[in-house]
Amino acid sequence: MSNSTNINHDSNNNAGENINSRRKFFKNFGLIGAVAAAGGAAIYSGHEYEVSKPNHDFVKVLTADNRLVEVPRDQIKDVKLDLTELQRLGREGLKGHRFVMVIDLSKCRNARKCITACQGAHHLRPYEYHINTLVMQESPETAPYYMPKPCQHCDNPPCVSVCPVNATFKRQDGIVLIDNERCIGCRFCIAACPYSARLFHWEEPLMAEADKGKPYNVELNVPQKKGTITKCLFSSDRLREGKLPYCVSACPNGVYYFGDENQDAVTNGTTKETYRLSELLRLNGGYHLMPELGTKPRVFYLPPKNRLFEFKDDRDQNQEKI
Amino acid sequence: MASEVNTGFLFDKRLDSIATDILRPVGISKGFLVWMGFLLISLSACLYAYYIQWDKGLIVTGLRDYVSWGMYIANFIFFVATSLVGMLISSVLGLMGYKWVKPIARIAEIIAVAFAAIAGLVIVSDMGRPERLPYVFMYGRIQSPILWDVTVVTTYLVLSALLYFLPLIPDLAISKGRIGHTPKWLQSTYEILSVNWNHTPQQYKILLKSVRILLIVIIPTAFAIHTVTSWLLAVTPRPGWDSTIFGPYFLTGAFVAGSAAVVIMMYFVRTNYKLDKYLTPYHFDMMGKLLVLVSLVYLYFNINEFLVPAYKMKTADAIHLHDLFVGEYATMFWSVQILGLVLPIILLLFRFFRKPFPIMIISVVVLVAAWFKRLIIVVPTQENPYLPKQFVPDAWMVYHPTVIESAITVGAILLAIIIITLLVKLFPVIPIWEMAEEQCEKDHKPQE
Repeated sequence: MSNSTNINHDSNNNAGENINSRRKFFKNFGLIGAVAAAGGAAIYSGHEYEVSKPNHDFVKVLTADNRLVEVPRDQIKDVKLDLTELQRLGREGLKGHRFVMVIDLSKCRNARKCITACQGAHHLRPYEYHINTLVMQESPETAPYYMPKPCQHCDNPPCVSVCPVNATFKRQDGIVLIDNERCIGCRFCIAACPYSARLFHWEEPLMAEADKGKPYNVELNVPQKKGTITKCLFSSDRLREGKLPYCVSACPNGVYYFGDENQDAVTNGTTKETYRLSELLRLNGGYHLMPELGTKPRVFYLPPKNRLFEFKDDRDQNQEKI
Repeated sequence: MASEVNTGFLFDKRLDSIATDILRPVGISKGFLVWMGFLLISLSACLYAYYIQWDKGLIVTGLRDYVSWGMYIANFIFFVATSLVGMLISSVLGLMGYKWVKPIARIAEIIAVAFAAIAGLVIVSDMGRPERLPYVFMYGRIQSPILWDVTVVTTYLVLSALLYFLPLIPDLAISKGRIGHTPKWLQSTYEILSVNWNHTPQQYKILLKSVRILLIVIIPTAFAIHTVTSWLLAVTPRPGWDSTIFGPYFLTGAFVAGSAAVVIMMYFVRTNYKLDKYLTPYHFDMMGKLLVLVSLVYLYFNINEFLVPAYKMKTADAIHLHDLFVGEYATMFWSVQILGLVLPIILLLFRFFRKPFPIMIISVVVLVAAWFKRLIIVVPTQENPYLPKQFVPDAWMVYHPTVIESAITVGAILLAIIIITLLVKLFPVIPIWEMAEEQCEKDHKPQE
């Protein structure tokens, strides 16, 4: 019994050795083979590369910052983005700026040039206002005055808080924008805004046909879209080009100052003179609209004092035009 | 609900008579077909109205930039409010051990399911871009109360549906062999939905345990849905909405609307299906007392909501309250407050008015008033923004609902009625096994 097991054991051992040596052989052979194959492949591919280099197919591509560049066709990959490049830039905002507007109520005569300029740029109807001029009177004893009212671009914006889909957002430069490719049209922001600054496209927008197919520019909010919100954008498309907003440039009466809080400088849209923001506000008693609501607006008002013209209430006249 | 079920009732003769009574109206009858036909034809007209809105945009409604939320949002709040009664009857009263709610509980759950389901649809009709509804889930921002609302309304709908369905399973098993007069497909539906229920004590134990958990979980959910719904308005800085008591104010108002809806449905189930043995004058009497109780609590919140700002008369509040008390909305406001709240409280204190027919009429008035109350909460506030409304078309100044808008709103109500009709007509509307168990328990008690 014990013998036979021994014999068996031995023979097993022998067989094992044989197998081991065979494995070793194959292993070594395999290694050499692999190295050879890899080397060959490398040489071959290097050769291929050298051969194909002069024939490389280049394509002209326009980059986001408007540079025309060439890239190899085989290097182009389709990128699926949540947002277009314009939306991405629009959401990012202009680095290093904190835009502010100052509206001098002592100069506003309700010329309504700001309104028409704005409506022209944003393709709005005559009664669709990003900016509207209102007749204000605090009490029967006080004097009535005109008050241009754009979006206040609040630093604590109630509209942005309530938006369910991040369609309206606050940028680093202080501007509150609306992305009408994202907006679901719930109008919660209209309900939340105490300044009635937002409007909704109840029907097809004025230039829906003409704007068809144009790439959507979130900083201009054109093309406008039915069933979405639109609002004052502080003309961020113009700011990107270093220009003043449409309304500011259009005012014939020097009502608007626009500028950067970081630089403590604002420029009058009519006279093009630049002032120190802090000084302008200090000397003229600058204030916010409804500061008690805690919205922290980025629009300042200068009180309607020392007006050198007669107040003319032309609400009815304008009403008829609409 | 007892923690143990004595399955002895299954072998009792009374189960047969109860099941026969309750299952008699189940199935497809001529009256049912005529009623459904009427509902569906009316609904198709309303769907056409929605098609017009889909095509042309919200311009076909009376909504404009100042009053941008109108009938749809009021209707949404009304639907959420009414659905809350499922929680009040089944959970609050049921868990406290009130036996009289047993035959009513399923009616309350049907209302909860139908109204919560339609509430979700109603809100879509208000969207400017309904096809972007998925964005709420894709890009949802947790800071927005709309996200909270979507979450809790969905949760409440699921919980209510479970609370409707779970106690229905034993009934379906009981009914299986007894609905010979109904079409084949309905019988096989019962077969499938009764999920192999064979009345073992173990099954009942699991059922009672899960229902109990649901009853407890649904209480905070129900509180959440209507509190969050009130916050859709209360988180904004507008006079009339800017209120800290909006949560409880809405919640108590919801109980009034819901209780009225239950009474109306009880009345029609009782008379149409001849179930007066199960929905007795006693049940109406108790519902009348409940309606008085919840109305009193609601009245208390109304006094707080209107008297306190009216005492101070801050400029913006004053304009708003003037509109309600003596202005444009005065007729609607006082009708709603007096006919829908004060008068029902006084009348229902008398036993006569808690009888089935009078209380049904009162409940109809209360429910209609509840709808208009939502409109009064939503619309007048927006007609009085902080800054003046100027240089806009006259039609923008005030809110005039259009026919299309009204049709879409009616469509939502019709849809809810269709769901209710289907559930009431195709499944036992009164819990058979619970009724039988109660009967047996009553008889055994003296012997113990």
